[in-house]
Amino acid sequence: MALELQAVSRVVKGQVHIQPTTLTLEKGTMNVLLGPTSSGKTSLMRLMAGLDAPTTGRLKWHGQDVTGVRVQDRKVAMVYQQFINYPAMSVYDNIASPLRLMGKDRAEIDRAVRATAEMLKLTPMLARKPLELSGGQQQRCALARALVKDAGLVLLDEPLANLDYKLREELRAEIPRIFEESGAIFVYATTEPEEALLLGGNTATLWEGRVTQFGPTPTVYRQPADATTARVFSDPPMNFVSCFKEGHRMNFGGTANAPADGAFAALPDGRYTAGFRANHLHLNTHSGTAVEFRCTLGVTEITGSETFLHLTHGSDRWVGLVHGVHDLTAGAEVSVWLDPTHVYIFDAEGRLAAPAGYAMAA
Amino acid sequence: MRLRGSAFVMTLYLLFLLVPIYWLVNMSFKTNTEITSTFTLFPANFTIQNYVTILTDPSWYMGYVNSIIYVTMNVVISLTVALPAAYAFSRYSFMGDKHLFFWLLTNRMAPPAVFALPFFQLYSSVGLFDTHIAVALAHCLFNVPLAVWILEGFMRGVPKEIDETAYIDGYSFPKFFVKIFMPLIASGIGVAAFFCFMFSWVELLLSRTLTSVNAKPIAATMTRTVSASGMDWGVLAAAGVLTIIPGALVIYFVRNYIAKGFALGRV
Repeated sequence: MALELQAVSRVVKGQVHIQPTTLTLEKGTMNVLLGPTSSGKTSLMRLMAGLDAPTTGRLKWHGQDVTGVRVQDRKVAMVYQQFINYPAMSVYDNIASPLRLMGKDRAEIDRAVRATAEMLKLTPMLARKPLELSGGQQQRCALARALVKDAGLVLLDEPLANLDYKLREELRAEIPRIFEESGAIFVYATTEPEEALLLGGNTATLWEGRVTQFGPTPTVYRQPADATTARVFSDPPMNFVSCFKEGHRMNFGGTANAPADGAFAALPDGRYTAGFRANHLHLNTHSGTAVEFRCTLGVTEITGSETFLHLTHGSDRWVGLVHGVHDLTAGAEVSVWLDPTHVYIFDAEGRLAAPAGYAMAA
Repeated sequence: MRLRGSAFVMTLYLLFLLVPIYWLVNMSFKTNTEITSTFTLFPANFTIQNYVTILTDPSWYMGYVNSIIYVTMNVVISLTVALPAAYAFSRYSFMGDKHLFFWLLTNRMAPPAVFALPFFQLYSSVGLFDTHIAVALAHCLFNVPLAVWILEGFMRGVPKEIDETAYIDGYSFPKFFVKIFMPLIASGIGVAAFFCFMFSWVELLLSRTLTSVNAKPIAATMTRTVSASGMDWGVLAAAGVLTIIPGALVIYFVRNYIAKGFALGRV
């Protein structure tokens, strides 16, 4: 039991929305589609749901070709970013409506509706109309309607994006539990790398309509296949600096040198791009192996216990995330240190040439 | 002091607004002699004879019946045609959709007099002259575009995702349209129906041209009786009062949505 996408693509009015994509989503898995806005998450999801027809390629469900099958006849459920419910019906009728259309009998519908409402903490609101509920409750109602029909494929398109912070945290914590109970294939689109990591499962990173990498979430995070994936799956985005290897020496940004050992040892000599995450930059050094960069400080953003540093190094713009509150003047020269074991090396085509040492150890 | 001032202005305003209507009602309860001979603010010899005449004489009350029949037909036809059309305009883009949509509105801009002659000839030759359906169809000329515009405005306010969610849930299109979609735009349907009713009810030229006896509307009856046996002022006034009532009743039900309707649903 799986959903297979075989070289599925979508072109609208000459514009490529989805590049030919081949994916297999296994039964009972949580799959995260991670990518920035308009990277094709929703387009891909609409293809999976059958709301749009693919320009090329086939979709298979349990090995059966469902490419041309009407959306009504597919066993899918979908939740949108906007809170979509039927405003004219009560919450109870909203949740019951997919079951009624399946022609189930009253007692069975009632049992299923109440069980689902209980799971999503909607029991006290069953008699109310969706528009009388708060945003979080409206989205719960939409989730309940998606889950009650016991669909094999549940598509969640940024379901938490329109909720405020607190509700989002709350509902996000519940989604893995709901997923465990349903046993369906979940597809969850999000723009936030943090959300992907919290949900676990598998992650497909999307960039300009192309799936750049698909695999278990921690693997994609630790060993991004290319620079694009690394940029997408990093918040703030990954920092890049040009580097080269010469014998036993790795040079970063022209100024900083490090011995070419560990992960770098096997690299052939040549020019590369080094990538590292914001949280791996430090304002001081604890290890002798860390390399130093002299940067110009732009803006600093203090978020309670952490400080974001917006840095300029040569022509590169970096973001550093350091612990503690640091009151630094804009425009000042600062030294930041980077442990070479936290550096990913990408070749000229952007493919990963050497993963960061820490990622291999983990 | 300020409050009294504004109350005074308001009273004056209402007074001026209501004078014609009051005079009509006033006249309808007077005898013809009183109307023509003296100036009285209240009926001196209060009579309901004028109303009795209208409600007992078929040549009068059939005017109302005819009007109501073709107006109802027109509202039903206009909405039945306009609902799917408006849905198509609001949900799909097809070749020339914007031009077609605008062209619909231009139909509303043409004076009915332009169409009186071709309609008269056309309906006469196909044997529809002096039937209710003839007037109902003729009024569709300007009511269907209006209904399409109003409904499209309301439908545009409904997110497309609701349609898709319904399909995913298993609703077929007709079922979705009737059970999910129409309740969402119920106020829009009400407003569109009201506007169709209003324009069809007050339209005189086409309805008079296309009818002679069997489907003669009340407005035509009123204008034709003027010269029959002198002026029957009292009966005419009573007919006028009775003509206002249905409109007032309908407007009461959609009063909260009228503004949105005048803005063609685009607020």
